[in-house]
Amino acid sequence: MGSQGGFGQSKEFLDLVKSIGEARSKSEEDRIILREIETLKRRIVEPDIPKRKMKEYIIRLVYVEMLGHDASFGYIQAVKMTHDDTLLLKRTGYLAVTLFLNEDHDLIILIVNTIQKDLKSDNYVVVCAALGAVCRLINEETIPAVLPQVVELLGHQKEAVRKKAVMALHRFYQKSPSTVSHLISNFRKKLCDSDPGVMGATLCPLFDLITVDVKSYKDLVVSFVSILKQVAERRLPKSYDYHQMPAPFIQIKLLKILGLLGNGDKHASEQMYTVLGDLMRKCDTSTNIGNAILYECICCISSIYPNPKLLEAAAEVISKFLKVGLFFEVVVLCNLYLFCYKIVMLLNVQSDNHNLKYMGIDALGRLIKLSPDVAEQHQLAVIDCLEDPDDTLKRKTFELLQKMTKSSNVEVIVDRMIDYMISINDFHYKTEIASRCVELAEQFAPSNHWFILTMNKVFEHAGDLVNIKVAHNLMRLIAEGFGEDDDTADSQLRSSAVESYLRIVTEPKLPSAFLQVICWVLGEYGTADRKYSASYITGKLCDIAEAYSSDETVKAYAITSLMKIYAVEIAARRRLDILPECQSLIEELAASHSTDLQQRAYELQAVVGLDAHAVESIMPSDASCEDIEINALLPFLDSYVQQSLQNGAQPYIPEDERSGAIGISNLSNQGLSESSTHGLKFEAYEMPKPPVPSRPPHPVSHVSSELVPVPEPSYSRETQFSPPNLPVSSSSAELKLRLDGVQKKWGKPSYSSTQSSSSGYSSSAANGASQLESAAPSTSQPRESYKDLKKVEVEISSEKQKLAASLFGGSMKSEKRTSTSHRASKGSNHSTEKSSVLKSSAASIDETKIPQLLPDLLDLGELAPPSTVAASVDPFMQLEGLLDQKEIISSGSSAVIDSSNKVPDIVSLYSELHVGGQSSQTTLSPLSSNGSDSINLKRTVSGGSAQATKGPNLKEALEKDALVRQMGVNPTTRNPNLFKDLLG
Amino acid sequence: MIHFVLLVSRQGKVRLTKWYSPYSQKERTKVIRELTGLILTRGPKLCNFVEWRGYRVVYKRYASLYFCMCIDQDDNELEVLEIIHHYVETLDRYFGSVCELDLIFNFHKAYYILDELLLAGELQEPSKKIVARLIAGQDSLVEAAKEEANSISNIIAQATK
Repeated sequence: MGSQGGFGQSKEFLDLVKSIGEARSKSEEDRIILREIETLKRRIVEPDIPKRKMKEYIIRLVYVEMLGHDASFGYIQAVKMTHDDTLLLKRTGYLAVTLFLNEDHDLIILIVNTIQKDLKSDNYVVVCAALGAVCRLINEETIPAVLPQVVELLGHQKEAVRKKAVMALHRFYQKSPSTVSHLISNFRKKLCDSDPGVMGATLCPLFDLITVDVKSYKDLVVSFVSILKQVAERRLPKSYDYHQMPAPFIQIKLLKILGLLGNGDKHASEQMYTVLGDLMRKCDTSTNIGNAILYECICCISSIYPNPKLLEAAAEVISKFLKVGLFFEVVVLCNLYLFCYKIVMLLNVQSDNHNLKYMGIDALGRLIKLSPDVAEQHQLAVIDCLEDPDDTLKRKTFELLQKMTKSSNVEVIVDRMIDYMISINDFHYKTEIASRCVELAEQFAPSNHWFILTMNKVFEHAGDLVNIKVAHNLMRLIAEGFGEDDDTADSQLRSSAVESYLRIVTEPKLPSAFLQVICWVLGEYGTADRKYSASYITGKLCDIAEAYSSDETVKAYAITSLMKIYAVEIAARRRLDILPECQSLIEELAASHSTDLQQRAYELQAVVGLDAHAVESIMPSDASCEDIEINALLPFLDSYVQQSLQNGAQPYIPEDERSGAIGISNLSNQGLSESSTHGLKFEAYEMPKPPVPSRPPHPVSHVSSELVPVPEPSYSRETQFSPPNLPVSSSSAELKLRLDGVQKKWGKPSYSSTQSSSSGYSSSAANGASQLESAAPSTSQPRESYKDLKKVEVEISSEKQKLAASLFGGSMKSEKRTSTSHRASKGSNHSTEKSSVLKSSAASIDETKIPQLLPDLLDLGELAPPSTVAASVDPFMQLEGLLDQKEIISSGSSAVIDSSNKVPDIVSLYSELHVGGQSSQTTLSPLSSNGSDSINLKRTVSGGSAQATKGPNLKEALEKDALVRQMGVNPTTRNPNLFKDLLG
Repeated sequence: MIHFVLLVSRQGKVRLTKWYSPYSQKERTKVIRELTGLILTRGPKLCNFVEWRGYRVVYKRYASLYFCMCIDQDDNELEVLEIIHHYVETLDRYFGSVCELDLIFNFHKAYYILDELLLAGELQEPSKKIVARLIAGQDSLVEAAKEEANSISNIIAQATK
């Protein structure tokens, strides 16, 4: 149809397209386009350009822009073209502006007027074009200009216009909910529109509305359920069928909405059970779209309130698909298990299809929240996915693993994640997976030693990508140790950390955050166990400072660490021996441009010159573990304040009661984010919004949390296992500034700064003990199960089963405490189970394929297996000959074979058939219009027979070829693919 | 929501782009470069979804042309895969066994069809037949308008002779 009249453009343009098509490199393409831009720039400003010419220029501009070049010089011409009265030009103009302009472009203001006018046009094509532009171009400011007209169009007689008006309103709602808040009832009304297309379009805004506010739409549950039911019962016109499924896109939208409405609402959910069961039963797993619906059903079911009523329906689904008694026992279990078997089918039955595996893993991830045991049944399938070469699948599986992580399997999972993290280059995902590793390690770490090693790995490979707070937490953990009254364990931990860092530090190109940790740990604990001499450690520190001389933070850490080591040496009254390279480093830093580095260097020089006693008091050993008590209320000032007030001073006015003044708290964390709200405003005032739950206003009590020196970690953390670095206001290892001296005045009276420097850990243990006692039992327990886990791994032979056991079995261990032998036998059970599942499912494919022969063959998405094709050849053979003779397809009629169709359908056939079909009425009787199109037929014909007479297609291709050649364009030379049917 | 639609050939040549979320021209070029690098290198048996910058990109190859759509994390990937197929079928119906060449020379028509199918990043019309009817209706109106304009200009030309 479209190409019948040729391509309708001038030779010049065709040549352009052709030369682009034949360009061998991007640079050649760019050259051609730049030349084209020059030409267009010149031509477009010429006076009196014929309109058709102008239209072509605009299309050429679109082409230029599409290829990634700037065509902004012609935007104004496109805008002008929308003003034109001719439909053809107007439509081109609208097409161009929607492609060129964004909603914040300056030229929008010039279009608004035209849009207003066109929305009132009595030609629906004009209105449609204008509505398309409205969706794309109208911004928050201009919404009021077109809003009344768009609302009016909701009642337009043409359904296409109504549909677009609904979408436009939806867009307005997305941009600025307040402007259309009074019109929301319109969406409800449009849900009952006589046209299914309009109804379908209305589901989009309703979905958004319900996401925000579930409660006020609970009354619609009944309507949605009944719509879904009607759709599933094929009450909609046939033209909405897609691959034999009744209006699947509408079904999916409805399922999404139902999932929202039923979430945590037993009453609402109960209304959905029947229809969901029906859907699951009817769904055809042989087509892609059937699986899409199935997946959406599972999403919906995992979201709504689970109920045994669904059990029966789901059991039917299972029995229909599996047709074996293998899972009979399951029926009496929880209904959740049933859905997971459904997923197993997704995972196993069509295991060659990665898309379904992917969806299956995703669905599993949804169910695992409801029932953590679900994953165990599919352990092998999950592991297969994990080891799949497909990155996407692997990532999805990691997502699933993250959801099922426990303290018993965290080691295996995090190790896997880190291995994968090292192997990829994609920064975006590397950051994500690194932060996931950190999160998991912090939540579930079985031992602090493991935690440190894991963190080292993460830092080594993705140090620049993780949050710096993670580094601070790591330092704090090393400083505060296990949290037990066990000094030896702590010092072992530290010396192992020191050793690992001394080993790592020699590697090239370490990330900055990691170097900071290394410097700090070496400075604090490098010489603590007397294994390494001070000069060795200081030498290493100097190396770091020199090797990363461009990183000032690292240098600052290094020099402070130097200072600490020298201070310890002096305090221990050993002879201080400053290496020449250290000396030169200190001198170099003393002359640094950075005042921070300078100050540190001078301080170091000053400290080195002091005597032992003085050094002990300004740099007490292991001071990082001392608690700095900060009472945010500053009670020691109370008397002073009282006195001042009595003397007639003004009382303090809290910041939020003052107006306009910039308070001190602006300097604190919270103030930073808020400071933007103070001062001048350059933007217009925001429209008043309905109250959204936002951060609470800061009352006086808020102040105390502001002053806590430890910033809260931004990632979520479980409290059940609290590593010693839990941010308690009393522990403040992180703010290791020069507050040491302050403590003497403000701190606890029991504090004594002059402890013996050699056994400095006792102070940390004493201080840490009280706050860490609670954490102690929980840390010991996972380690126990970790040992059990090791045992399990030894017993199971196959590598995959081992992995399975460590991923899934470990959880059994820690929770159910079954014996290991039972575990092992269970593991082997799974493997046999799986193979039988495969067999039985393979059998069920064959069984289900045969009755569903027709729909399966008509499906385009998947190639039917050869066996079924062979069986199906016969009904089509005659038809194939028919097609060759009469070329029904080329006439464009939408004919499709469906022998199962009933008689009444033939009636519609006659109305549908074009001229070509009339001569062959008798042979055509099995043909009926079915909403599917001609390509279906072509596909089946070519697929069903070996000789594959692609008659009509070939002919058309030849025609096109001839046409192109006539015009002097000959792109076939380079790229014969261009002529290939996309669906062929 | 669909953030953008992208058609690229196997050689990485852009055949059609449609952006439903705001991207500057620079970002667009970058996005296209990144995605073609990501998608064109994928093997044939892998799944049709790619994770990219926190979004999902669903793609499908038809002959030598890749159809890509970028969606949110929580969208139904299989559905989007079918939307792509839906679009291709609609194109096929319009052009009559569509091939890449049709889209190269008639990309504006491919845009019109896409505009009938998707609006503001959502599927607006799930029925192929209706899309085809709308497009045909527009075409015939346009044709009529063209003829009218021609006849008017003919009249003018004759009158001024």
